Amino acid sequence: MDWLGLRDWLGPDEWRAVALSLQVSFWATLVSLPLGVLTAYALARWSFPGKQILNGLVHLPLILPPVVTGYILLLTFGTRGPVGSVLAEVGIVFAFRWTGAALAAGIMAFPLMVRAIRLSIEAIDPKLEEASATLGASPAWVFLTVTLPLVLPGIVVGAILAFAKAMGEFGATITFVSNIPGETRTIPSAIYAFLQVPGGEGAALRLVIVSIVVAMGALLLSEVLGRRVAERVGGR
Amino acid sequence: MLEIALAHRFEGFTLDVAFAAPPGITVLFGRSGSGKTTIVNAISGLLRPDAGRISTADAVLLDTQKGIALPPHRRRIGYVFQEGRLFPHLTVRQNLRYGAWFAPKDAPREDLGRVVDLLGIGHLLERRPSALSGGEKQRVAIGRALLCAPRLILADEPLASLDDARKAEILPYLERLRDETAIPIVYVSHSASEVARLATTVVVLERGHVVRKGSAAEVMGDPAVTPTGAREAGAILAARVARHHEDGLTELDAGGETLLLPRLARPPGAAVRVRVAANDVLLARTRPEGLSALNIIEGVVAEVRTGEGPGALVALDTAAGRVLARITRRSVAALALAPGVRAFAVLKTVAIAAADVGAGDAAPRSANGDPLA
Repeated sequence: MDWLGLRDWLGPDEWRAVALSLQVSFWATLVSLPLGVLTAYALARWSFPGKQILNGLVHLPLILPPVVTGYILLLTFGTRGPVGSVLAEVGIVFAFRWTGAALAAGIMAFPLMVRAIRLSIEAIDPKLEEASATLGASPAWVFLTVTLPLVLPGIVVGAILAFAKAMGEFGATITFVSNIPGETRTIPSAIYAFLQVPGGEGAALRLVIVSIVVAMGALLLSEVLGRRVAERVGGR
Repeated sequence: MLEIALAHRFEGFTLDVAFAAPPGITVLFGRSGSGKTTIVNAISGLLRPDAGRISTADAVLLDTQKGIALPPHRRRIGYVFQEGRLFPHLTVRQNLRYGAWFAPKDAPREDLGRVVDLLGIGHLLERRPSALSGGEKQRVAIGRALLCAPRLILADEPLASLDDARKAEILPYLERLRDETAIPIVYVSHSASEVARLATTVVVLERGHVVRKGSAAEVMGDPAVTPTGAREAGAILAARVARHHEDGLTELDAGGETLLLPRLARPPGAAVRVRVAANDVLLARTRPEGLSALNIIEGVVAEVRTGEGPGALVALDTAAGRVLARITRRSVAALALAPGVRAFAVLKTVAIAAADVGAGDAAPRSANGDPLA
């Protein structure tokens, strides 16, 4: 398997960083997606006490210095943290594992995902959902047959944006799970590490190119997919 | 039979109504703000009224005293909205089938093919709503409501957002719906001409209260009932097509009186209902001669109604039925028109447009659905 010499173009350490980044971003996106849809729906449609606090919490990672977010994660989910110690007893460990990198990436990407989905929920005419109810659909069926299909473009765009953001996550990740080759050394951490050693510029530059390609690809894909789903859903 | 009693208070508006909707089309007739949409939303369950009871032949949908309030999805009501509200992500066929999917398996249901034929939407089935015209959308919306196995159809001004040509396109389908299905229909309108075309029963609403209810002919022939203004007043005559003349006129038989109208595309023997706008009727005390108008009907003045302005509405009972004429108070005085006086109603043939003539049973029905004796 050698596409245009790509296999040899990247060294084994660089490949490991790329593969790990993809793995971390994939799981970060997949696991946070249902939560993102729920949060976006709650923020768009429900009124409940503490709504503004939830809204603030969701957006906090966007505004806080990433290193602060990472440190808070370390305090909370570290092996001696209040949540981490409980989870450790059932065998779930985040600290210094790739799962921790995924957690950090997921939390940093969450605001972007929720914003995209929320905007598309707010664009749905609630009158369509009323019509669905009068035709016999219970609230759960209204959501599954009307709301969800109409929100799909927003979900696709939100997921891709979140994936791209997770690929680039650095500050929170390195603070929370450090920079362990093969375990938590994602592309940005690897670039940082290569730049710390003499002669690492070449490897760093190659990973920079990979980053740019992945980010641009994700943006283009979100545009194209978003538009295609919108066409299918909106029938335009 | 749908029976409704509702009380609901909004800021600055109180709704308090009770009426029954027999088979056929029951039109809730009134100007905007009279409470029509509030009533249909309460029937559909989209609005929870302060107090009330709503029941159909086989179910109690709402009884606030007993704490019964079915949610909208368990009421089985086909709601045709003013703006269609078709699902944009589904094809016309999927929109039509949407409600049947949720209906109980044993509910009496319409056949998709029959409804598609009735509404003339067979060529649209694979399209998306965005590729439909306004009139096509409303026909699909009507079909979608019919196919959810409804106990009742609610239509909230389904023609209000359409131009006259689109209205004319849909009205015949609504007439067929009325005449060919057994599902009661509650239809909201502020248009006197829609009432004339469609209503079996009329419930007139003003500021949240029922001011009159009865058959279309009774209510529309009452000069006291002009919820949308005297300018809109007009009686409904029940007639049958007698024959077509070679010069482009159609002769109707209305209770023994002859009416000549521009050619109607209906066969001899067909029952029609003709809306005669009060603005288009002249009155004379003696049978006029040397007149171009072709329709002159003799009758007896039943009621003269005057208001603040210079106009008056005169109701004339004729063999053809009740005719309303809108004339000036000055003419009422000059002709000494008063109840019991004989007079002649003069109606220009060309004053009656095709849109004023609808299909329908010639016999006006009473509020309980029986033909009037």
